[in-house]
Amino acid sequence: MKHLLSTLDLSRADAIRILDIAEEMAAVGTRQVKKLPALRGRTVVNLFFEDSTRTRISFEAAAKRLSADVINFSAKGSSVSKGESLKDTAQTLQAIGADAVVIRHGASGAPARLAATDWIDAPVVNAGDGTHEHPTQALLDAFTLRTHWSALHGHTSSGSDLAGMRVAIVGDILHSRVARSNLWLLRTLGAEVTMVAPPTLLPHGSNVWPCTISFDLDATLATGVDAVMMLRVQGERMHDSFFPNTREYSRLWGFDDARLAALDATDSGETIIMHPGPMNRGLEISSAAADSPRSTVLAQVANGVAVRMAVLYLLLSGDQPRPAPSDAIRPAGL
Amino acid sequence: MSNEPTDARALAPISARIVLSSEDIDRVLTRIAHEIIEANKGVEDLVLLGIPSRGFPLAQRLAQRIAATSPGMDPASITGQLDVTMYRDDLRRSTTRTPVPTVLPVSGIDDKVVVLVDDVLYSGRTIRAALDAIADFGRPRIVRLAVLVDRGHRELPIRADHVGKNLPTATTEKVRVHLAEVDGANNNEVVIEAHA
Amino acid sequence: MSTNTTYLIRGAKPLGTEVTDILIHEGTIAALGAGAATHQLAAEATIIEAAGQIALPGMVDLHTHLREPGREDAETVETGTRAAALGGFTSVHAMANSNPVADTAGVVEQVWSLGKRSGWVDVRPVGAVTVGLAGERLSEIGAMADSRAAVRVFSDDGICVFDPLVMRRALEYVKAFDGVIAQHAQEPRLTEGAQMNEGEISAVLGLAGWPAVAEESIIARDVLLAEHVDSRLHICHVSTAGSVEIIRWAKSRGVKVTAEVTPHHLLLTDELVQSYDPVYKVNPPLRRQADVEALRAGLADGTIDIIGTDHAPHPSEAKECEWAAAAMGMTGLETALSVVQHTMIETGLISWADFARITSSAPAAIGRVADQGRELAVGEPANITLVDAEARWIVDPAAMATKGRNSPFKGLELPGKVTHVFFHGHPTVRDGKLDTPRITQES
Repeated sequence: MKHLLSTLDLSRADAIRILDIAEEMAAVGTRQVKKLPALRGRTVVNLFFEDSTRTRISFEAAAKRLSADVINFSAKGSSVSKGESLKDTAQTLQAIGADAVVIRHGASGAPARLAATDWIDAPVVNAGDGTHEHPTQALLDAFTLRTHWSALHGHTSSGSDLAGMRVAIVGDILHSRVARSNLWLLRTLGAEVTMVAPPTLLPHGSNVWPCTISFDLDATLATGVDAVMMLRVQGERMHDSFFPNTREYSRLWGFDDARLAALDATDSGETIIMHPGPMNRGLEISSAAADSPRSTVLAQVANGVAVRMAVLYLLLSGDQPRPAPSDAIRPAGL
Repeated sequence: MSNEPTDARALAPISARIVLSSEDIDRVLTRIAHEIIEANKGVEDLVLLGIPSRGFPLAQRLAQRIAATSPGMDPASITGQLDVTMYRDDLRRSTTRTPVPTVLPVSGIDDKVVVLVDDVLYSGRTIRAALDAIADFGRPRIVRLAVLVDRGHRELPIRADHVGKNLPTATTEKVRVHLAEVDGANNNEVVIEAHA
Repeated sequence: MSTNTTYLIRGAKPLGTEVTDILIHEGTIAALGAGAATHQLAAEATIIEAAGQIALPGMVDLHTHLREPGREDAETVETGTRAAALGGFTSVHAMANSNPVADTAGVVEQVWSLGKRSGWVDVRPVGAVTVGLAGERLSEIGAMADSRAAVRVFSDDGICVFDPLVMRRALEYVKAFDGVIAQHAQEPRLTEGAQMNEGEISAVLGLAGWPAVAEESIIARDVLLAEHVDSRLHICHVSTAGSVEIIRWAKSRGVKVTAEVTPHHLLLTDELVQSYDPVYKVNPPLRRQADVEALRAGLADGTIDIIGTDHAPHPSEAKECEWAAAAMGMTGLETALSVVQHTMIETGLISWADFARITSSAPAAIGRVADQGRELAVGEPANITLVDAEARWIVDPAAMATKGRNSPFKGLELPGKVTHVFFHGHPTVRDGKLDTPRITQES
């Protein structure tokens, strides 16, 4: 694995390996010394062209627990906001000596571009690009799902997949990188996926996706699902006529108290409720649902650090090219 | 893990010689168990931490022998597994290693006499990593080292306290330890392989 | 520069048919066939050995972005017309989206005279339909038509003339000058922020979709408008199967509509966007394989009249960035012939005679370019392109004459090499290399 750009090109074996390593990394989080020396002396750059405090601190914690040095490069207040190009920024990071670049960018494909060009040699981790993908979010969701699924069936999670699990992903699929990354990864791991959304918030062309598509949340819940993943919906979407107003959206596609009560009446907690955060309480998820024992929101956050440790470890260890001869890194003219 | 450097691309050995048979292994483990008790003046505060993958079954076997001398003692209560993957100094060079769980006895390792157990002592780098790993889990009173085979060629100032067999080798040779717990039943021997 | 203006092309096959010698003298074709070599002028002629090569009427592009004035960093009239000559063209239409916009007689005359001065091809400026391409008020169409540039093609290309009333007025108004409105068909609201063809691939890539219906709905409206006001309408860069069907229907009703397709839409599909390499970013976007097939069929059956390159050079920084930030457009002048040969001739869909129609006579007719796109016949202007159809070459943007390095065909092996180009009897290209421009007396 040279980069992590998308879950579409993750094999089942790779995905399970990441999750297995993440389990060991999660154990570190329970120790007194929450730090491993594995990436000592390596530099991880968090290159964030979009604000995302939660994703950034998760990657930062992951890198620091592996003893890497972390440089946070935020587009705001930097030369990027003055129009510096992605190429120049990447070349700057190369010159600084970044060993890995974690990039969050508003443009779909920006991480793929970094990986494909010779602007920078370091491994690239996609920390969310436009409306394309957010692979580490999908991995932490899969980790959370696997923990739940193996506990439910009384087997060890390590080495296992999600075969037979039924997952509903609900909300703004069109604009969601989380939905795309989850779909590919959950399918690779053997889960069945139902996408539930208003038709306006499903991408044209998603009819060929390997999932069931539904416009009816209640009907989907009635068929029985093992996990419901609620996606963040921006209220401003109503101004672009994606839905009439937030009230109607919540009533039809939000996980509200009535749906929670209906679920409580049919099972005893086997179905979990997930959300990648940040939540719009009262819009796509009610407070009661977000705070219920079914909610895995905080577990997802904790698992995020472990999964990102596993990803950074995998990208920064193993058959690396030997360091370049010293004259190659000497400034020109010396 | 310590039987390295391993090379997956290596050709088949041109010769292989058994240096410890199953019976030999049993005998040296019994001796080491007694040495450990002797050095510790009893079984009190002893913890045996095996280094995966073959150090752990060796630690279990030693623990059984030690517990046998002390009625009512559960060997599992003094045995643990210490993964050193993340503490290695060659993570960038070899193929990516997958970490395995570290499992400590419930009593922990603080103020204990920890005996690290591994199959082959070679460069000493694995033990260096293990010493770093131990420090992240607690502060033992004493740390000792027990190995089945010491094949020489140390690259660090590390010495074993308990050695099953000192085995002079050439660096081109490989020492392979087979244990039933890892390699399947009827696989209990130490083999030295010569490579062209 | 040779003062000799007599050339004898030996052994070429006009339109790929019978081997025929061609004698050129003082800008016109003086003799053809068996008599050419024994013609009294042939004794002093410079001999051009062209055995087995195909002789074509000089190609005419109805859709070129020369970028001058305003974006000389991307292309100039000089560099763009050098590229055109090397690509086998003897005439190009310079699109109006320069800076300042070509919406006055002054700007079109400037471009026209830059073309004259360069001397590689005829540069025919296109006039903007509306002032500043803003889509609101008609630009000085009459003044541009009556200027020395004698503009006949009017287009806001890059932007759709979206307001139906403005479009109607423009279609009506150009009738007074025998003009044609070349429409960039793109419904603006349906394509806000659009990045690529809307379909299965955009759904996966998370790029905002440019739906086929945004092109087709404008074409449908405009053919009905053209029918209603009985005026000439030209559709730029048709890219979808649905558009081809609408145009076929309109033609069957007798609507005076013509249509063009770009070489890249005849070969490339939206699958290339999976690389996120902005060299594949173009407007209208690359479509599906089914669209490519329909465009080829439409070109073969005459529904689509011409090839237009939509040559759109950009400086490298406009493409060395993330997809969304990149400029739209591809270079095309120096690859057009090869791509059309590859997609249309080698597939058996059209002949070299058809090629001459779609790249020369038809575009000249639409643009009302009197001395271009003529038959290869005695007395006609000697605008001749010789092609080694057997040659194969690997596209290398760095070796091109255009300033733009944004060729989507980079690294591809293509057939067909332009060997010689005669522009009014003057060799602008010889042995595949630029020769000399044709300098004429003009103020």
